[in-house]
Amino acid sequence: MRYAVIGGGPSGLYFALLAKKANPSDEVLVVERNPPDATFGWGVVFSEETLGALRDADYETFTEIGESFARWNAIDIYYRDTMVRSRGHVFTGISRKLLLNILQRRCRALGVRLEFEREVRDVAELEGADLIVGADGINGLVRRAYGEFFKPQIATHPTKYVWFGSDLPLDAFTFIFRRNADGLFQVHAYPFDARTCTFIVECPEDAWRRAGLESASEAQSIAYCEALFQPELRGRRLMSNRSLWVNFLTLRQESWHHGKVVLLGDAAHTAHFSIGSGTKLAMEDSIALVDALRRHEDLGAALNDYEMERQPIVERFQEAALESSSYFEHVSRYAQFDPRQFAFNLLTRSRRITYINLTQRDPELIRTVDSWFAAAATGSPDGAVRLSPPPMFTPLRIGELTIPNRAVVTAGPDLDAAASQGAGLVITEFVSVTEDGRITPETPVIDRARQEMLRQAVERIHQTGSRVALQLGHAGRRGSMQPRSRGVDRPLREGGWRLIAASPIAYTPHSALPKEVTPRDIAHVIKVFAAAAQAAAGCWFDALELNFAHGYLVAGFISPLTNRRTDEYGGSLENRMRFPLEIVDAVRASWERPLLVRISASDWADGGMDLDESVAIAALLRTHRCDLIHVVMGQTVWESRPDYRRLFGVPASDRIRNEAGIPTIATGNITTSDDVNTILAAGRADLCVLELTTIGTTPR
Amino acid sequence: MNIGVGLPTSTSGISGQLLVDWAKRADAGPFSSLGVVDRVAYQNYEPFTALAAAAAVTQRVRLATMVVIAPLRNTAILAKQAASVHALSDGRFTLGLAVGARGEDYAVSGIDSRGRGRRFGEQLEAIRDIWEEGTIGPTPTSAGPQVLVGGSSGEALARMARYSDGYMHGGGPARAFAGAAAKAAAAWSDLGRPGRPIVWGMGYFALGDGNADAGAQYLRHYYAFTGPFAEKIAAANLTSPGAITDFIRGYEDAGCDELVLFPTASSIDQVDRLAEVIG
Repeated sequence: MRYAVIGGGPSGLYFALLAKKANPSDEVLVVERNPPDATFGWGVVFSEETLGALRDADYETFTEIGESFARWNAIDIYYRDTMVRSRGHVFTGISRKLLLNILQRRCRALGVRLEFEREVRDVAELEGADLIVGADGINGLVRRAYGEFFKPQIATHPTKYVWFGSDLPLDAFTFIFRRNADGLFQVHAYPFDARTCTFIVECPEDAWRRAGLESASEAQSIAYCEALFQPELRGRRLMSNRSLWVNFLTLRQESWHHGKVVLLGDAAHTAHFSIGSGTKLAMEDSIALVDALRRHEDLGAALNDYEMERQPIVERFQEAALESSSYFEHVSRYAQFDPRQFAFNLLTRSRRITYINLTQRDPELIRTVDSWFAAAATGSPDGAVRLSPPPMFTPLRIGELTIPNRAVVTAGPDLDAAASQGAGLVITEFVSVTEDGRITPETPVIDRARQEMLRQAVERIHQTGSRVALQLGHAGRRGSMQPRSRGVDRPLREGGWRLIAASPIAYTPHSALPKEVTPRDIAHVIKVFAAAAQAAAGCWFDALELNFAHGYLVAGFISPLTNRRTDEYGGSLENRMRFPLEIVDAVRASWERPLLVRISASDWADGGMDLDESVAIAALLRTHRCDLIHVVMGQTVWESRPDYRRLFGVPASDRIRNEAGIPTIATGNITTSDDVNTILAAGRADLCVLELTTIGTTPR
Repeated sequence: MNIGVGLPTSTSGISGQLLVDWAKRADAGPFSSLGVVDRVAYQNYEPFTALAAAAAVTQRVRLATMVVIAPLRNTAILAKQAASVHALSDGRFTLGLAVGARGEDYAVSGIDSRGRGRRFGEQLEAIRDIWEEGTIGPTPTSAGPQVLVGGSSGEALARMARYSDGYMHGGGPARAFAGAAAKAAAAWSDLGRPGRPIVWGMGYFALGDGNADAGAQYLRHYYAFTGPFAEKIAAANLTSPGAITDFIRGYEDAGCDELVLFPTASSIDQVDRLAEVIG
């Protein structure tokens, strides 16, 4: 075999030496446009796992790399004039230049041909090779030449960042957050030897403009950042190496090979620098490709195998990188957090590290977080208690009410069954404020007979220690449907009732057209909500939840997709919120206990509500004395584009809680106590709806 | 977990007699179901017709479409065909439905593929009403055929949770199945359905000397529309008893209710060889 590798970075060189080692009679050529000692960037980071792979793949280079390592196990987070250190995260760093020198030496020793300062202008120059390896980065020739087969998607991240080096000696992965008049700036810094570190500065684009960095020279950028981070730099300097402010680009491609051409590393995929995995993924690609070539006689089968092995792994890192970059893009949202919660939130930003992982890596940090969380929840002195329950089993106080733990269960018709699960808060099934507001014939209505049953049920639930909220709603255009055991939103064929909605638009293609709500209807619905709230008080419910979500009557007013009114209840957000807020005010007149409101944070549809608007809605509800937002998603319209991934409602809860400043219940496929503890400790919600039925564990 | 076998309606050179013999052997073997695929612009048997033939020569196994491309069919006729296979098989029919992925099937049928998702939703909303209402028979004696929905998008999962009894996965490693099943359960819960969805999985196999190549060739051809991805599907074909038992174990751990293994080679011995592996 004859291999031609374009690009003499870590992945290209590593592939070359592994391929040559696997079969010394093969010809391996590496073509690099720069001289051997030119390198851009400072240090690279590897995890323990990657080191293991490097050791197994080529022990000689592993030993040399091992001699030049910086090794550390801490993450330091500088924020609001404090520093939180988390231990137990093993990292190793090495100078990129040193790494390339080691790989070049090893390539030469094995007989790989290295051609530096040769710019390949056309892939056809290497036509004689049996396999052409594109290891020439995101803007590389190979990727661009075969773009129609690789089908690239490139996403530009909104923040600006720049790579510096520094002679600051560090013994930890270091995050620094500093706000000045221009905005919030953050540093990602990590050592690569005893004297030098990589020092990346990132900031929102508007801060970058205000700071004048758009037109600044390299020297001016350095001067600005040195002054800004003077306390942490402790008189050390920043160094440039073609250090330009850029936006990060995430590259995804459907395929990484075509015919006898294959891509490696950044030429195939990129993942945001904040999870520090670029070189790791690139060198792992090299190992996988050489292994696949050894396993298969047929080149096509080998390249397929390589891609099948690597793509799912890379996709997982890209997903984590996206979560991580999104955290840094919105970090100012958490500016009011206690430093311990801030640190926990940062460490768990990519979802790859959870409460349990941190408990294993750094039990001391978790004790500190638990202790702070419990103290904050119960109002006891901070730091007084060393032995605290995990956040999920910490009580939540809302006004006079204490919910004994943070798990919420939404009940079906059998309220007692739901209450027996041990959740701190049980929310009843949808109970309608009127006969006409039912979803199905089975939907309970809060009439006299029902009140007596509910009073007894509440009493039984209180004996279990749980608290219970009554969920009140009016189905609107989603009413007059068949029972949900037979499917959802299947209109009743007979025995249905008249529907009302903000505007006369049917919910499904076959459901009845609702009548547009009149001012009289509005007055009536407000009256029945208020009466139901009074009844709830008589039933000794601990809390009341108003269902303004999922396309039911009130949700229909909030979303512009379903509200086409031209009166004072339609149009602007203020108008669309008029009816919901009138209900809240009327309920508040007779209900003093905690008031929860359930809203769909996104319509998941074009022209519908998005998270920005739901933050504004939550803020309005807060000013009308709502205590807590139960954040759900979608169902506003029949055809939408839902996303049911793990924890799908948590980002919305996070935004509403931390931007509108109101406690939240998070929902969305939350299935484990580890998820709940992570969400709570990171400040993404105050309560979590825990799904107790999962496939693979529970018999049907 | 139940294990079923596919009826080879889309591999090359299949005679009607072979299909009937295959169905008989499956019914006599350790399988709980017989599955068929649906294409229009392809050399395969029409799924309801093939299952009607299978119904006539089997007593025990469940008969399933995996999946029928619903928007290509008039809803009343679709409901009638399904009810007929259900009646012919004495209630052993499972109707798997989806929008399908191949543009050419829409093109040769003269049906616009735009808006097919919405039309599929309308069909799902209507089909049970048709069975229950009674004008279009044969009216099922009980609840009618089990309906399962396939597709990986959020829209597909929402339709599944609204109107069907569960989810039909389109194939892939157990890990991919587990991820899809978790999303299906999340959609189910999000829409307020009690319990959890039934989940079916599928895989491809070819056993015996020389059949691996034939199998890979068939999969490359069948999935040619996916471009380079066809190679990956072909590479994942299960071609040894060990690969099949590993695959089954993976699906069982992921909570699959019924796993149907489809042949990729056309000889009748495939059903016997598979029967031997799963015992």
